[in-house]
Amino acid sequence: MNRILAAFVAGLVFGVGLTVAQMTNPAKVLAFLDLFGNWDPSLAFVMGGAVAVTFVGYRSLRGRHAPVCDMSMRWPTTTAIDGRLVGGAALFGLGWGLVGLCPGPAVASLGIAPQRTILFVIAMLVGMALARWFGERRSPAAASA
Amino acid sequence: METFTPISALVGGIIIGGSAILLMVLLGRIAGISGIVGGLLPPPAGEAGWRLAFLFGLVAGPVLWGLVGGFVPPVEVTSAIPVLIAGGLLVGFGTSLGSGCTSGHGVCGLARLSPRSLVATLTFMAVAVATVFVTRHVIGG
Repeated sequence: MNRILAAFVAGLVFGVGLTVAQMTNPAKVLAFLDLFGNWDPSLAFVMGGAVAVTFVGYRSLRGRHAPVCDMSMRWPTTTAIDGRLVGGAALFGLGWGLVGLCPGPAVASLGIAPQRTILFVIAMLVGMALARWFGERRSPAAASA
Repeated sequence: METFTPISALVGGIIIGGSAILLMVLLGRIAGISGIVGGLLPPPAGEAGWRLAFLFGLVAGPVLWGLVGGFVPPVEVTSAIPVLIAGGLLVGFGTSLGSGCTSGHGVCGLARLSPRSLVATLTFMAVAVATVFVTRHVIGG
């Protein structure tokens, strides 16, 4: 299978999964995060289902040398638990809690309700570019990680 | 008022897991959306095509699901525009600095039993819950 087609299919499946899970609705996500209000635990089932399936799938792929359409399996190799990781995750959590959108659902919503989320996605891209610039200034060697 | 939907949530999660497996078995990549998007700014040689194709699929998925008669929930954004923009900047900056989001750390990382991803996931979950608590029950309450 062609690399581009394979990536498109994987993205398509991901988009359908987010829609079925209703994660494309920020109000649903905020209801999940509202632990001390009228809590909707649904999204714990999304995470649970996704992690369980991926866990089994990744296990079975562990010994594989190459994927079907590319040269190498790019398993992450970074293991550092540092300020960058925790600080980045905290800033992400703040933004996620403010709006109810994380990167996947934000992008996935662009086809069904672009007028609602396009500003968020543009701001997200700017934020990513700023973080890259910030990272390159601080440690030029680590910029490609 | 939102309602509890455990079945569709579980099914959706299983489909998302299926996508993560597909991307690994076909392309050898982790299905982390922030990483896939961020890798386009700017992409190294040979990296742009598959990333754009994945994101194009991600946008097309909900549309096609609706066309075949599937339920497409509304996208209810309640934030004021300045908050929406601030949220986007924080999500973009934070996921780039912390190398991952709900999918990369929260799904793929936890599935690999990565301690690094567990720390990231617990951190963004805790901060997001605290943020909603403050905005809904302290300031908004």
